[in-house]
Amino acid sequence: MSENVIEVSHLHKQFGDNVILGDLSLSVNKGEVVVLIGPSGCGKSTLLRCLNGLEPIQGGTVSLHGEPVEYGKSSLTRIRQKIGMVFQNYDLFPHMTVMDNILLAPLKVQKRSKDEARAEALTLLERVGLKEKADTYPSELSGGQKQRVAIVRSLIIHPDIILLDEITAALDPEMVHEVLNVVLDLAKSGTTMMIVTHEMAFAEAAADRIIFLDGGSIVEEGEPHEFFRCPKTERAQRFLKTFTYTDS
Amino acid sequence: MQGYEVLFQGNNFLRLLGGLWVTIRISLISIALSLVLGIFLGAAMRMKNKAVRAVCRSYLEFVRIMPQLVLLFIVFFGIVKATGLNLSGEVSAVIVFTVWGTAETGDLVRGAFDSVPKHQYESAQALGLDRFGVYRYVILPQAVRILIPNLINLSTRMIKTTAFVSLIGVTEVLKVGKQIIDANRYDAPDAALWVYGAIFFMYFIICFPLSLFSRKLAKKYKQN
Repeated sequence: MSENVIEVSHLHKQFGDNVILGDLSLSVNKGEVVVLIGPSGCGKSTLLRCLNGLEPIQGGTVSLHGEPVEYGKSSLTRIRQKIGMVFQNYDLFPHMTVMDNILLAPLKVQKRSKDEARAEALTLLERVGLKEKADTYPSELSGGQKQRVAIVRSLIIHPDIILLDEITAALDPEMVHEVLNVVLDLAKSGTTMMIVTHEMAFAEAAADRIIFLDGGSIVEEGEPHEFFRCPKTERAQRFLKTFTYTDS
Repeated sequence: MQGYEVLFQGNNFLRLLGGLWVTIRISLISIALSLVLGIFLGAAMRMKNKAVRAVCRSYLEFVRIMPQLVLLFIVFFGIVKATGLNLSGEVSAVIVFTVWGTAETGDLVRGAFDSVPKHQYESAQALGLDRFGVYRYVILPQAVRILIPNLINLSTRMIKTTAFVSLIGVTEVLKVGKQIIDANRYDAPDAALWVYGAIFFMYFIICFPLSLFSRKLAKKYKQN
């Protein structure tokens, strides 16, 4: 039906003897929003890192539009321009202004013209409500504002897919909302995304497909409403129960 | 004769300034050499190879444990005796201060790069920057901001420590001062206070602005 952006096939990843991801296969279609959920240590963040070539893998393949993503290869710098990624930690560069953070990749990697990139940066900043912060330094921003800038920084390279790795996990509760609203807005506008999150309400609202990981493999996947209303596997039922606080 | 008159008698003050110049010369050459060599040492200390790291680490610990004065004696007396190589006091001083300065600079360089968090490397890579770009635009500017104030502090420490070289016969500022005091021992017995006071002031004039500057830089960098 639609074209695959990311294709993961029989991915195997381990640290020492510890298997993190075992024989894992999945694909993400263009325009699709896939949300990865699962207990801590289930391998979901590691999976995202493998998709961007930040981790060596011990077996299987990851490819972006058919091109292999291989750890340590020089082709990575080119492939990574097609993959936007935002991390849990505030990963803005502290010695640069918001604008310089956003313009680094367009100017130094993609060699775009400064005027054009700057204009786009301002449009994107306006979209996330931070246009007036363009010339401030990250230290003057709140956590939520930093993450919104990080999202803009990943958007401006026009990636084929955006990977969001628990981007609200380190935020105060009231800032989670402002960041996830931006992501929800992107999801609705057809951005291809793969999201790791612990925010279940957000997962349900944003996802086209939920993938539930446990012990390094996919335990269940499906349409979000169905997954949250009536999960098929016992493991997923148990996991979802930990988010409710009713006596039963 | 009053003690302070000794300071301005004949060309005494000029001689002190001449001695100060020797102090500055030894310091500047040693600091410059330490900086260049220390950058390489710092890079080596960050290598994955454990043997290289262990060698660097032992070098650093050795230099730190040895008092600088002992190092000076080893080089000036020991090496000359052992090899017949005739090193002047000033050359010996530059060797010792470079050996020490390189070790400390290397450790500062290592520390500065280590203190840039890992996710800074990763988010720079994720933007598609190559290895050179990651360092050029993201890591180096942050490391340098940490490094420069520390390097200035090290420089003031090195300048102060060069006072030891008077003990291996180099006529730097302290030695000149001692000669002046000795020459006026009977005419002006309280000259020591004045001469050493003047020398103290000379060190202060050099080191205090450096120290202020480094504090100011550190504060400025901390804001961003």
